[in-house]
Amino acid sequence: MHELVVTQSILDISLRHAQKAGAEKITGINLVIGEFASIVDDSVQFYWELYAQGTIAQNAQLHFERIAGEMTCTNCKLSFHPKDTDFACPDCKSEFVQITKGDEFRVESIDVE
Amino acid sequence: MTIRVPIVENILNANDHLAVENNSRLESAGVYSINIMASPGAGKTSLIEQTLPRLKDKLRVAVVDGDIATSIDADRAANAGAQAAIQINTGGDCHLDAVMLRGALEQLDLTQFDLLIVENVGNLVCPASFKLGTHKSILIASIPEGDDKPYKYPGMYRGVDALVINKIDLLPYVPFKMDYFERGVEVLNPGVVTFPLSAKTGEGMDAWTNWLVEQVKSKR
Repeated sequence: MHELVVTQSILDISLRHAQKAGAEKITGINLVIGEFASIVDDSVQFYWELYAQGTIAQNAQLHFERIAGEMTCTNCKLSFHPKDTDFACPDCKSEFVQITKGDEFRVESIDVE
Repeated sequence: MTIRVPIVENILNANDHLAVENNSRLESAGVYSINIMASPGAGKTSLIEQTLPRLKDKLRVAVVDGDIATSIDADRAANAGAQAAIQINTGGDCHLDAVMLRGALEQLDLTQFDLLIVENVGNLVCPASFKLGTHKSILIASIPEGDDKPYKYPGMYRGVDALVINKIDLLPYVPFKMDYFERGVEVLNPGVVTFPLSAKTGEGMDAWTNWLVEQVKSKR
């Protein structure tokens, strides 16, 4: 629901770094988004086309690298993708598990000319 | 020629920075602050309404209410005894963010308060991503929502410092497996302090308000 704010932030961050690098044009934006971060790629793409108009990023391609969620069992150390309705370790059934991947939500890099 | 410029910056970095500013503002005025989050109808405003009279003569409290529209919640907080109640209408935004809270803080003489209660927009997804700069985040779960909510909204359950379980007076009437609910909470937020209560009957309210008063005192 807040893809608008997210899109604006991605644009601000990209333009700031492009300016620092003395770029004339941003051709690609590489995003790393974990499974537990709640944004919808298509909506960001949609807003992007509106927001980036008239900036050096207007023709930039957005690349989403999605990171799957991962939990790690603190008992047997197994890493696994959690089921929707049960977080227990699928192997030793322990309920002592930690989230180890899936929170990523960052602009990794930009491609500029 | 295309060059790749490495960035590695959190997308909501700007909000996080503003949240830090809000926090220093509250800190320097000596105000302890909580951000109350929950789904619509979990009882955020009811809990605040029942909390305020119990804090009377102990703490001076300001309430900031976030809603998409109306000033119903701020009016209820003012009627329940808040020394100040400010409504933020987000105009469609699904959460409060640090900019909105900054705007509200500017309207308050912070030196006049011990505790600031921020009531976020009713939503179990988005508010978790936007830090406000408050000292503690509180989540209210309520029995009729069902026992599967930690599994469906892990982001919200992970980020909070205390969990209120409201409407426990409805437990006999609703199929809610407390052990299944608690297992989900324990994975996402091990050892989180929990207050089962009913804002309607008052059961469990004292444990919650005593904790709140302790938190404020330990901050002084």
